[in-house]
Amino acid sequence: MDGWEWLIVAIKCVVILLIFLGAPLILVLVERWTLGRLQSRIGPNRVGWSGTLQTAADGLKLGIKEDLIPRGADKLVFWFGPVFLVVPALAAWAIVPVGPKVGLGRDIGLWAVDLNVGILFFLAMGSLGVYGVVMSGWSSNSKYAHFGALRASAQVISYELIMGLAVLAVILYAGSLSLIDIVEQQRGLWFIVPQFVGFLLFVIAGVAETNRVPFDLPEAESEIVAGFHVEYSGMRFAMFFIAEYANIILISAIITTLYLGGWLGWTIPGMEGLTGIVWFALKTVAFIAMFLLLRAALPRLRYDQLMSFCWKFLMPIGIINVLLAAGLRMAWS
Amino acid sequence: MPSWIAVVILIALALLFTIGSFVGTMALKPRRKDPVKGEAYESGMPPIGDTRGRHNVRFYIVAMLFLIFDVELAFLYPWVVLYSNLDEQLFLFIEALVFIGILGVGYVYAWRKGALDWKN
Amino acid sequence: MSVETGTASMFGDIEQVSENQMVLNMGPQHPSTHGVMRLLIEVDGETVTKCTPDVGYLHRGVEKLIETHDYRGGITLTDRMDYTAGPSNNMGYLMAIEKLMGMDDEIPLRAKLLRTAVAELSRLASHHIWIGTHALDIGAMSAFLWSLREREKILYLFEQACGARLTTSFMRVGGTGPHDVPESWVENVDAFLDSYTLDELNSLLTGNEIFQSRTRGVGVIPAEQALSYGLTGPSLRGSGVDWDLRKARPYAAYDMIDFEIPVFPEGDVYARYLVRLNEMYQATRIVRQCMEHLRDLPADAPSNADRPDLVPPDVGRVPFDMEAMINHFKLVMHGVQPPVGEAYFGIEGPKGELGYYFVSDGSGMPYRCHVRSPSFVNLGVMEDAAVGGLIADTVALIGSIDIVLGEVDR
Repeated sequence: MDGWEWLIVAIKCVVILLIFLGAPLILVLVERWTLGRLQSRIGPNRVGWSGTLQTAADGLKLGIKEDLIPRGADKLVFWFGPVFLVVPALAAWAIVPVGPKVGLGRDIGLWAVDLNVGILFFLAMGSLGVYGVVMSGWSSNSKYAHFGALRASAQVISYELIMGLAVLAVILYAGSLSLIDIVEQQRGLWFIVPQFVGFLLFVIAGVAETNRVPFDLPEAESEIVAGFHVEYSGMRFAMFFIAEYANIILISAIITTLYLGGWLGWTIPGMEGLTGIVWFALKTVAFIAMFLLLRAALPRLRYDQLMSFCWKFLMPIGIINVLLAAGLRMAWS
Repeated sequence: MPSWIAVVILIALALLFTIGSFVGTMALKPRRKDPVKGEAYESGMPPIGDTRGRHNVRFYIVAMLFLIFDVELAFLYPWVVLYSNLDEQLFLFIEALVFIGILGVGYVYAWRKGALDWKN
Repeated sequence: MSVETGTASMFGDIEQVSENQMVLNMGPQHPSTHGVMRLLIEVDGETVTKCTPDVGYLHRGVEKLIETHDYRGGITLTDRMDYTAGPSNNMGYLMAIEKLMGMDDEIPLRAKLLRTAVAELSRLASHHIWIGTHALDIGAMSAFLWSLREREKILYLFEQACGARLTTSFMRVGGTGPHDVPESWVENVDAFLDSYTLDELNSLLTGNEIFQSRTRGVGVIPAEQALSYGLTGPSLRGSGVDWDLRKARPYAAYDMIDFEIPVFPEGDVYARYLVRLNEMYQATRIVRQCMEHLRDLPADAPSNADRPDLVPPDVGRVPFDMEAMINHFKLVMHGVQPPVGEAYFGIEGPKGELGYYFVSDGSGMPYRCHVRSPSFVNLGVMEDAAVGGLIADTVALIGSIDIVLGEVDR
């Protein structure tokens, strides 16, 4: 690697960090507006122009709030819990391809890194994320946080299996673990068509992994109040927020990449990079919208239902789906 | 592996950002110690007993099931990559059927034994 | 304030639970206890093995306060008990006093119809709070706000009728009091009934797969258990017992109105949900019929009993009319003075049998007042019904028996 490549990688990483920090700010605002409209109320409309600076103001406010650490808490773990949530959420962004290779003097791929184990890396980061949740919940020494952590760990690891099974079938078609290869393989046909069942499995597992309605049990406010982050305040609480919304965006981006052809779409010749980013963003935003609408429409599942839905319903479907895809693949070739 | 550099940089940035913002905002924060404030939240009442006791065995069962199936998945990844790139697909397919079949027996056993039921 | 890990002595043995179990405070500061109620639950994993309701955090001594006011002065206090359905409370209170006075047959028809209509509107208002918070407990956020939006329309009608939205104090002993509803009120109620819809809530919840799986077969209260705990109202009818005071012992104008009592036999949370939902449809029917009857009445139909010892004279007459002046003075100074005796009267409130018991010593203030509040009695069943469910089921159960802590603690 020469100096230029180092610089390019560094720039990409900084851009990812900025998006990572900025997108949740916008998403939280958009969510509050959307929910407001759907629930016949207004939503934030005071700070800034029609409330546009609301989340920024909230972030600032959290920055100057006292950091409480409950007595009896494991201070070190409590302190570092949110860090373990944010780090994998950000690191997983490294493999997301937002566009094709563009030539700006030299070939630059619109992704931070093309790992040959790409999708495995994403799954690994997803599993690491649950450490942050468990650490925060367990170290708080609060029963509600404790229940939240237990729920989160059981839920996330269970649905991770479903996600892994769905991904298996995609790899059967793509023949590679690299996300860039997976996108390129979809030039003829987006994988949502042959893998519709897998797509549904992945979306359901994705909603469960991000702890969103109707799978928001780890932070069910009407049962266990706020779950694993009930004891957190100030900047550390903000980290939970950033991680949750960054994960929503990440999952949407991965769904787009795996099933909807990533950046593929009609392009204007000579502007493949730009149109690619636009296509990618459009598809991702559609899934983010789905997350928001789910929250407005659905009640919450109960814990045992969530688990049996995963183990007794999704699991067999996932396994059969993989075998079916393998059989079809064999018959086709 | 130079390609992992980006991942390393991102992890470093995340650590920098999180720990930096924790440390950086320390000076801005009020710090007033209060025994009541230090209580863990339990709906406004003093907590009863300790949180870190023994747990219902269900949570361990799900952990074990996860381990079993996750290892299965991990074995299937190489299979899947090979499967789409090799010619001996029939052999590989039957191999996977046997592999998943064995796990399926265990799965059915766990189901029948009630390990997948949460309400007892 | 003590912050030791101790607890109230009434739960003294609570820490000797088995090793697998954990004692969890749910409330008083918990989003799903519908106010400041405390549930002490023992959980094994997330399965509830014991549930002890602990009430009293909102105790204001309403019964004792009523005993220090004259009979008419207590009306404003009753509003504050079940604050989701103020007029219903007023109605039960007044009808008990009227029974004590032995004048329940002297109430003019117009007053009866207005009372019935407002009581049913308050039932709607109360059920709107219930459906919203119940849905919120189960996680459906939009239903809560949609429900409260509909409720606003009802509160607006209350405001038109008496100037207050929540604490209406609408009725008086002997009728509807000095201020009858404005002339346009009947039309406004009709307009409200035409625009009112439950379809949105219905489509959001009733057929929803997740909502059903959260509520069906959850928190089952068998009929015998419901009866032995003294459950009343929708919580009882959700267990299949067809008991409603409006039909069993018709009061006010209910005997001249055609309506049905929804009963569902399953006894689970979903059955209670269906009972209340159907009650809301029935309530609109009742209000509509009341409005029709009201329209049929002559324009000068009285809305107060012809009893100067109960009903204050028209305020405009007081400075100019000796008799009215004396009447007013007597009423204000001595209040309503029922004969020596006791009386109990229960109405079918939104949450169950809302009964008032008075003992009179012949003076202007009740010697003893007791309120049989449905929330308090219904809450008792928590102890049995919550056991064996998960924490989430407990939350659904609290929502389904519809308690208001202002009424539980009084």
